Amino acid sequence: MALLVNEKEVPFHTGMTLADLARAQGGDAADILLVNGYPATVQTALFDGDQCWLWKRGKVPSADEMQHLLYARHSPGVQACLQEKVVGIMGLGGLGSVVAIALARMGIGSLLLVDYDVVEPTNLNRQQYFVDQIGQKKTTALQDILRRVNPHVSVVTIDRRLAEDDIGVVFKGVHVLVECFDDPAMKAAGLRAALHHLPGVFYVGASGLAGYGENNAIRTRRLYPGIYLVGDEVSAAAPGAGLMAARVGIAAHHQANQVVRLLLGAENEAE
Amino acid sequence: MRILCNGEAREIASGIRVTDYLNQLGLDALSVVVECDGKILTREEYGSHALQDGAVLELIRFVGGG
Repeated sequence: MALLVNEKEVPFHTGMTLADLARAQGGDAADILLVNGYPATVQTALFDGDQCWLWKRGKVPSADEMQHLLYARHSPGVQACLQEKVVGIMGLGGLGSVVAIALARMGIGSLLLVDYDVVEPTNLNRQQYFVDQIGQKKTTALQDILRRVNPHVSVVTIDRRLAEDDIGVVFKGVHVLVECFDDPAMKAAGLRAALHHLPGVFYVGASGLAGYGENNAIRTRRLYPGIYLVGDEVSAAAPGAGLMAARVGIAAHHQANQVVRLLLGAENEAE
Repeated sequence: MRILCNGEAREIASGIRVTDYLNQLGLDALSVVVECDGKILTREEYGSHALQDGAVLELIRFVGGG
């Protein structure tokens, strides 16, 4: 007989209450008490198999606790793989900010984030920044957001405008490079740089995600072994066909999931 | 002369350079990645590489937005 307390098994004895668990935890008194997903009090009687959460409001989970949460959700095999990997992201706009947050939530090991831009009011319709971050460098603003999502992801930022010739140098050693540029010339430059200078690095680019066109026109296409392109490949950002949170988000999450698939060996690259 | 461009046979002027061919197609050369006969061209080669009869061209065209 056992309870699941903060995702860990604890022996259960008939007549136990949340007060017994709180006492056993020691330290700061928990002030958020949940049993099977519902708010509870210290008097709440417990039954075999109950899932309990005891948490001190505002407490930041330790690296061990965070790892355990992710193990429980994703399975240890998946998590052990993801937390050893390094992913580079070029451009931290509507695509890059979404990809970075998704990967941090999934417990990726390290992120290398590069952008030169600042958060502008016109970004907020689709990029993951907040009103109080207007004027901040995107590298700084995103690093702050990621710290609140998962403080145990190692985040390195470079505040600089990338050029084709330095992509191979800046991102040497990453496992996957994600192209999230806005400018089509840089999208082409990114792919060329990866194909010429980053052998063995997986690559996930994007093209064609503006407007509110069909969901399912966004697809993930394999260009070369380990090299993928996400988008409908035709919907350019233009007056009257702006970038909108939903469709950009669909494409960004295609990219993030493709990163995970590549890292977990779900793509048969021999095909 | 004939080339194969993204799987389609095309009749083109003899010896045309990649940049000029892309312009003829109405494409901005800067936003296209070009594979010619299995090789990814460098940016510099767009202006110098002349297409040969029977060339197999793959164009990966990018549109803006991110």
